[in-house]
Amino acid sequence: MSVLLIAEHNNKEIKPFTLNAITAASQINDDLHVLVIGKNADPVAKSLSEVPNVKKVIHVDNDIYENYIAENYTPVILKHAENYSHIVCSANTFGKNLMPRIAALLDTSQVSDIIKVISEDTFLRPIYAGNAFATVKSTDKKKCVTIRPTSFDPAPTSGGSAEIVRGENTDPSQNTKFVKKEEIKSDRPELGTARIVISGGRGMQSGENFKLITAIADKLNAAIGASRAAVDAGYITNDHQVGQTGKVVVPDLYIAVGISGAIQHLAGMKESKVIVAINKDGEAPIFSVADYGLEADLFDALPKFLEELNKLNTIQK
Amino acid sequence: MKILVAVKRVIDYNVQIRVKEDGSGVVTDNVKMSTNPPDDNAVEEAVKIKESGKAKEIVAVTVGEEKAQETVRKALAVGADRGILVKASGTIEPLAVAKILQKIVEKEKPDLVFMGKQAIDDDCNQTGQMLAAILNWPQATFASKIDVKENVLEVTREVDEGLETIEVKIPSIVTCDLRLNEPRYASLPNIMKAKKKPLEQIDASELGIDIKPRIEQIKVEEPPKRKAGIKVSSVEELVQKLKNEAKVI
Repeated sequence: MSVLLIAEHNNKEIKPFTLNAITAASQINDDLHVLVIGKNADPVAKSLSEVPNVKKVIHVDNDIYENYIAENYTPVILKHAENYSHIVCSANTFGKNLMPRIAALLDTSQVSDIIKVISEDTFLRPIYAGNAFATVKSTDKKKCVTIRPTSFDPAPTSGGSAEIVRGENTDPSQNTKFVKKEEIKSDRPELGTARIVISGGRGMQSGENFKLITAIADKLNAAIGASRAAVDAGYITNDHQVGQTGKVVVPDLYIAVGISGAIQHLAGMKESKVIVAINKDGEAPIFSVADYGLEADLFDALPKFLEELNKLNTIQK
Repeated sequence: MKILVAVKRVIDYNVQIRVKEDGSGVVTDNVKMSTNPPDDNAVEEAVKIKESGKAKEIVAVTVGEEKAQETVRKALAVGADRGILVKASGTIEPLAVAKILQKIVEKEKPDLVFMGKQAIDDDCNQTGQMLAAILNWPQATFASKIDVKENVLEVTREVDEGLETIEVKIPSIVTCDLRLNEPRYASLPNIMKAKKKPLEQIDASELGIDIKPRIEQIKVEEPPKRKAGIKVSSVEELVQKLKNEAKVI
């Protein structure tokens, strides 16, 4: 049987995590079909047809799918689900919101947030904020699976030529209405896919002080992250939060500044390749996961850090 | 208006998890348990809505073993009016919890159901959405702001790109984010009073639904450990290490 992946996109472009989910999905079974639900989303369907891992693109297009509403997506997915053994999508806020609605109506116990495909029915997933890994086997006939995108490489985007077929839409929900989206636009790399992430915590003391972090992020072409404490305190917006209930990041370099390192924060960044911690409390738990720890006052260290970076002839972007 | 709030008893968020040597799960004996943190936000929001005069009654419900009623008592101590414990043992998957809650919703007929967006033990993030699906109700997940209007809720949701606002018709399901509010502490007199509030016990087996697990847990293991790092003595040394040793900048 084949795998059906639900694409996340903005009607013009594929969201990057869809490509990571494609990699995982084709490890489950290489007969991978992708469902695109959107409004005037032809460019998305076309891009997906060029992904070599994708064997077929099903495109459902209607004005009612301009904004992503789980109540409108679900009946379309159910309508197309019949011939598939697995329904999959990424485990970000898109997939977390959507997949359980589909699973419940298929009477399937969903497997959330997998980090490894062991076989068609067996997966590895983190539990307890990543402090334990569970190997789980789904016994349901039809399986609903969400994929932790940062645990899989993105699929290549060119060279394929899958057929694109039109799927059928269904009636919109009368009970849920989209009002608005406040999207924070930035020229920086996206937090989830950036090569370098620099994050600030409660130690930053104010939103204003985040400019010390911004200056270094500019220099390193890094994304800016934050601990929950910094977001709760209003220093920075929620889309920057890294952790168990925020975003999971796996950059080549993660720099934690003024972050003590609660279990919940570590859950979102401890798989990073190289971790730097800058904290004036030498006993802070963040040092237990740091490859390089600097015990220092961040208000001295950050300007010096920028100065040292400026002295380097070249910086990898 | 009547609000049903679902709460779950989990290992306390401050406890360092230990994996059992036989790989069958994590150690729960003699470990501090408490209410799943975002479920506290769900209770708090319901209480605030009641205090504003827009709700008349709050019913707190949990599914689990006898001891799980502690979480219901805690909800009663901060303002819920009645409690329900649905007794069930072993692993109860989110789909099964959703089916149990569906039965409770059919019995209690609430206008709103609130719960945390995710339990911090299994990290599934499924139950609210599943309940919404099987009831055919609208869902507002990851809520960081709720406005109760006439026949509808306007809910601000925390999503990856920032904030999204949607309007859902009542009855509806809301799953709560940690930033929705600041949960209050129960005062001692209220804890005492909560002991006298009604707490009904129902056996899950009486509900006529199949709650057997569909997912086999083959093993639970510790994640790979990171190798110990080093402390550097200066910013200069840090930058040199990043450039020449780790080669990441």
